[in-house]
Amino acid sequence: MTPPRRGLEQPLVLLRELLDEAGVARALRRIAHELVERNRGAGGLALVGVRTGGLQLAVRLRRLVTEIEGHEPPLGAVDIALYRDDIFQGLPRPEVGPTELPFALDGLTLVLVDDVLYTGRTVRAALDALMDYGRPRAVQLAVLVDRGHRELPIQADYVGLVAQTTRAESVRVKLAELGEVDRVVVLERGA
Amino acid sequence: MTAFAHRHLLGIEGLTREEVVQLLDLAGTFHAISERAIKKVPTLRGRTVINLFLEPSTRTRTSFEIAAKRLSADAVNISGQVSSTVKGETLLDTARNLQAMKPDVIVLRHGSSGAAASVAAVVDAAVVNAGDGTHEHPTQALLDAVTIRAHKGRVEGLEVAIVGDIAHSRVARSNLHALTLLGANVRLCGPRTMLPVGIEQLVGERKGQVRVTHRLEEALEGADVVMMLRIQKERAGAVGLFPNTREYSRVYGLSAQKLALARPDAIVMHPGPVNRGVELDPGLADGARSVILDQVTWGVAVRMAVLYLLGTGGEPVAEAP
Repeated sequence: MTPPRRGLEQPLVLLRELLDEAGVARALRRIAHELVERNRGAGGLALVGVRTGGLQLAVRLRRLVTEIEGHEPPLGAVDIALYRDDIFQGLPRPEVGPTELPFALDGLTLVLVDDVLYTGRTVRAALDALMDYGRPRAVQLAVLVDRGHRELPIQADYVGLVAQTTRAESVRVKLAELGEVDRVVVLERGA
Repeated sequence: MTAFAHRHLLGIEGLTREEVVQLLDLAGTFHAISERAIKKVPTLRGRTVINLFLEPSTRTRTSFEIAAKRLSADAVNISGQVSSTVKGETLLDTARNLQAMKPDVIVLRHGSSGAAASVAAVVDAAVVNAGDGTHEHPTQALLDAVTIRAHKGRVEGLEVAIVGDIAHSRVARSNLHALTLLGANVRLCGPRTMLPVGIEQLVGERKGQVRVTHRLEEALEGADVVMMLRIQKERAGAVGLFPNTREYSRVYGLSAQKLALARPDAIVMHPGPVNRGVELDPGLADGARSVILDQVTWGVAVRMAVLYLLGTGGEPVAEAP
């Protein structure tokens, strides 16, 4: 008999909280200010959320940027399922969602928004997807949490929080839009 | 999302409603890719799809080839006229030889019912039935269903008339399965010689959703969708199914006048190739209510969805890691 694998069947246990509701709000507000400052306003900017975790954050960042600048940048969503590099690794097949970019990318500065930056493979896939839709002037990356353990040379331009984690841990961003209280938590598979 | 738990796509029969809906939803995503300037995603990079077409086909073969290429798979096309089958090699020997070249998916069009299932039994590759004799043509039914859904917003509760040589039509059979699974009511219509007795039994407990009639007016009355099948001219006279194409056209051909019996917003469909002036009035084929070319566009999206599901294997997951 093979010993039971420490895998997906094990329940996740809450280890610690990284950000509470106020912390999430502060982090997003700071990111919004940073990206307006760095890009000298919101003209020529567009926000693109990575489905599914990054999309709600992109919606919130757009609202904050609009409050600061009085100008609403366009919003899009990118789904990376068809661009993943692990599709033949025997993992569960990812669900495919729509990519919606209701504007021409060419010449715009895109701010790619995701909840957690980990190996960097999701960002790589998202970049490849975006390039198939046009040639943006630049792409910047905003994440709520950078948890380390990069496997590709990718870094974020705007980071809400840098967290020390182990690979056994799972970082989850809970949001009000998805029926939770805003918070960022670290979970671990039960032993 | 529910699992699409099949290694092959041999027919619509045997699929669940959830699996059919999953394929249609997925086709929606792939449809959007065909609208982009760069109509290609890297998903099946390095995978090989062999299109083995041992019966004439332009539309379906091209559609599968484009679908494979838009997923970045390598597509190889073999058609009956140039293959070793003309030298007497059997289908299963051909299949075993192709398998030895390690394809990931084999798409088969063949004149014998059950050919796809026979090939699936001897190869490791996933097999897609692209039409086997008078049995099934599942991707045609899926593209028809998704076209109907795109135009009507739903399939459930619609009245769909399928008119023509029902007896010899794999398109009719696959559509009968798919449309009743999705909750539509299907009227099958054709001359008595082309209308098998008891065909509604094919869908078992859903047979209450099927009506069989040899009267075109009855099939058209209040229909939301009118699907005309190609009449195979070679079956006229010689085999005694109908006297001649003019007589067929007069009684079973769709004209604007007959279409007036259907709902005012009814759409006209045809799996192609159209015999203009036989089963379908040329004015209708090109008219505002014809969705024939939309069917062709959706065909690529549906085949991408099928190749994606069969070509990637694995189990679907509800939550990304």
